Order: sequence, then structure tokens, then C-alpha cells
Amino acid sequence: MRIHLDTEKCQGHGRCYSLAPDLFDCDDLGTAVVVVTGELSDEQLAKANLAAGNCPEFAIRIGD
Amino acid sequence: MINPPVEDFATDFDHTDEAWVADPYPIMDDLRERCPVAHSDRYGGLWAPMTYDAVAAIANDTEHFTSRTVVINNGRPGDDALPAPIGVAPPISSDPPFHEIARRLLLPAFAPRPIAALEPFTRELCNQLLDEMGDADLVDASVQYAEHIPVGLIAKLCGLPAEDGEQFREFVRIVLEGVDLPTEERIAAFQPVEDYIVPAIVERRENPDDGLISYLLDAEIMGEKLSDEHVFGSILLLIVAGIDTTWSAIGSSIWHLANNPDDLERLVAHPELLPSAVEEFLRAYAPVSMARLVKDDFEFQGCPMKKDDWIFLSFPAANRDPKAFDNADEVLIDREINRHSAFGLGIHRCLGSNLARLEMTVALEEWLKRYTKFELNASEPTTFSQGQVRGPRQLPLRILERK
Repeated sequence: MRIHLDTEKCQGHGRCYSLAPDLFDCDDLGTAVVVVTGELSDEQLAKANLAAGNCPEFAIRIGD
Repeated sequence: MINPPVEDFATDFDHTDEAWVADPYPIMDDLRERCPVAHSDRYGGLWAPMTYDAVAAIANDTEHFTSRTVVINNGRPGDDALPAPIGVAPPISSDPPFHEIARRLLLPAFAPRPIAALEPFTRELCNQLLDEMGDADLVDASVQYAEHIPVGLIAKLCGLPAEDGEQFREFVRIVLEGVDLPTEERIAAFQPVEDYIVPAIVERRENPDDGLISYLLDAEIMGEKLSDEHVFGSILLLIVAGIDTTWSAIGSSIWHLANNPDDLERLVAHPELLPSAVEEFLRAYAPVSMARLVKDDFEFQGCPMKKDDWIFLSFPAANRDPKAFDNADEVLIDREINRHSAFGLGIHRCLGSNLARLEMTVALEEWLKRYTKFELNASEPTTFSQGQVRGPRQLPLRILERK
């Protein structure tokens, strides 16, 4: 499983990088950036799902 | 002029009605079941969608809806108003493509890292207010606490004197209230706002500092300095949008804890729950309902919308929609999945959301360090603001236990 971030949908609410700072960061405008590459560990997956479930813009998808 | 009382919100919706001001949530639930888009002939025609789906769809549809003005009133932007896409208070009043240009100018100042740097200042301000409240058992959490916090932060950000805070609150009142006044009276009432902001801009042009007025005066769009109207509008926006919103959010959070001793006790014992509690207070008591104007005649979800009809864009109603949130009518301070729309959805996401979250978090942390048990003081009235920003304006409390 990987993180798929739709940067067109992201409006910089900042929920993902607050809840999962090991997986997400932001740029100078506050837009989300994914900081992990490749397959997620189980622990990362749980955090990634938490981030995805709190994104108001439905901009994060966890999948293959 | 005072609007007559509403008999049926489904056909005669008015967000300034006493019943809505006192407790809008049962009305939202009822309308969501029955309509779910309420209508009114007031304000020259208005639609009020109550479902998450409809609110999200409109927030994301800049083709059919314009943000040219976002405060519902009896007038419409006349020919002398700044034309779309800039609007009176960019970027909140701007449409694409100008919106993104105006927004990108301001975003860096409100990004997480510069805002996090304001945490010590915020904490100091909160503690100063709490010190001033002393050991009184009867306090007002709105008048003595919540309303001063955003004023302090906005003044600091803009490089304006904190002592002018009282005037800022008056400006907010002028812009957001009195919406049922005739247009000429609204324009006349606005004069003191201009009389304050214009000289402040002139002063910063001569003596730049590191505040946002100087930042905007120095900024350029495609090699050109911003127009005076643009700088004025953005400063107006920061003052109006940055104060009573967060004041309301802090006040509503304390109001909830005063009414729900179990949540209060749990939060005092488990401060690590504060981040999820803050998000839940934002969901359940989202202060801001935005507005749009319909661009051209257009049918939306079966509603025959006409050009220049208002949309009352209720993020609070979206946040209470049971189709979008489990147990939507319950406040669960440990709610894990919370896609609330308190800061809006789409391109107009609240510019100051990081600042608002910082203020709420620090204000509640410092409050709960001192006051571990409190309740509403029922011998004094608790009052809520009228208009598109909802929160307690008088919040009298009895302190029952302190540290």
C-alpha cells in the first residue's frame, strides 16, 4: 500500500501533516507533500489511513 | 429595520432570526430532513442548503457561484463596487483566476511554520488575561478571555497597536451585523473602518515594519505593486475574518465544557485529547457560514436558482449531516475520523486556519490549567452573536475548582 496525494484537491487544511508528520510535510504555502516513498509498513499504514480519513478535501487515497 | 420573525424556515429562511441565533442545530436537522435546500424571499432571494453534499458541491463550484460578496445583506454589489474577480476583500471576495494570485501572496505568512512561531506570544497573552481575571469565582469567558485573544494576534500580525483592539471589534460588528439595514446606511456605517485602515496604510508606506501591511505594500503581482484597494481589502479581511471567528470558536469550546462536566473532567485528566477535542469543537460548533451569489439562472439539485440569489453556505449544517458523520449530533472529543468543513472547502479554505487552531489550542490549554471545574452562571444571560459567525458573546461562568 502507498499514499496517493491529489495535489489539485489539496487546499492546505494541514490535517495530514499534523496527524502523521512522519508521512507528510508541507511546502511554503501550506500545501501537503508526501515524504515517504514506496510501500507502507503496518504502523505507517495506520497513520496514513488516519490522515486520509481526516482530509476535508478527500485528497489522500491509500492504495496500490 | 428589523426582519419579521420566521414562521417556517423551509420557505422563509433567515439566519438572523432569534430562533436560529439561539439554537440553529435542531432547525438544521429538521430542514435537512424536509427540504434539504431551504429558500427565502428575504435579502432579495436566498437558498440555504443543509446537507454536506450540497454545501461541498457549491463550495467547489466557482463556475455557477461567485464569491464577489460573502456577507448576506439587502444590497448587491453595485456598479461602483470593485468588479469581480477582485472584489472588496481579496482573496475571500475573489473568483478564479485572480483568486489564486491574491491568495498565494498571503499564504506564506499563514503557513504552519510562521504561525507556530507565534505560540509563545499566544501563551503569554492567554496567561496575562487569566492573571487579570484573578481569583474571581464569577467570570465571563467571552468578554474577559476569548474576545481578546484573536485581537492580540491580528494586531501583532498586521503591525497595529494592540490597544486598538476595541476598535477592531467594532469594525467586525459594522461589517457583519446590521445586514438588514438599507444599503446607504450600511455604506455610511462603514466610514470609520476606512478612517482607520487608510491612514494605517499611509503610515506603513512611510515607515515600513515587519507586519502584514508592509508585506502587502511591498508585494507585487507580475511586477506591479498592489493597488491601494487591494491592500485595504486584504487588511480589512484579516481584521474582520480573523477576530470574531476565533473568538467564537474559543467561546463555544468553553461553553461546551461548561455544559458537559464529563467532557471537562476527561479533558483535564487527559490533556493529550485536546487536539481531537479542538477538531470536534470545530465540527460541532463551526462558527462560520459563508455566502455566495448565483452567477446566472441555474438549476441546482432541483432548485430554480436565479442570478444574484444568495447562497447561505452553512458549513455548520454540513458538519451536522448524519450522512457525512457518524453520530453527527453527538460531540465526541476523541472522534478519530473527522473531515469537518469548519474552515470551508475548496479554493477558499480559511487562510488563517493554522492561526485559529493555534489560538484555540493554546487558549484551551492555558484555561484548563487554571480552571478545572466550572459551569454556566445561570443568573446572568448567555448570549450568541447574530449573523454568519456564531459564538457566545456573553459567557458568564461560575468557577467551581481551580489549580
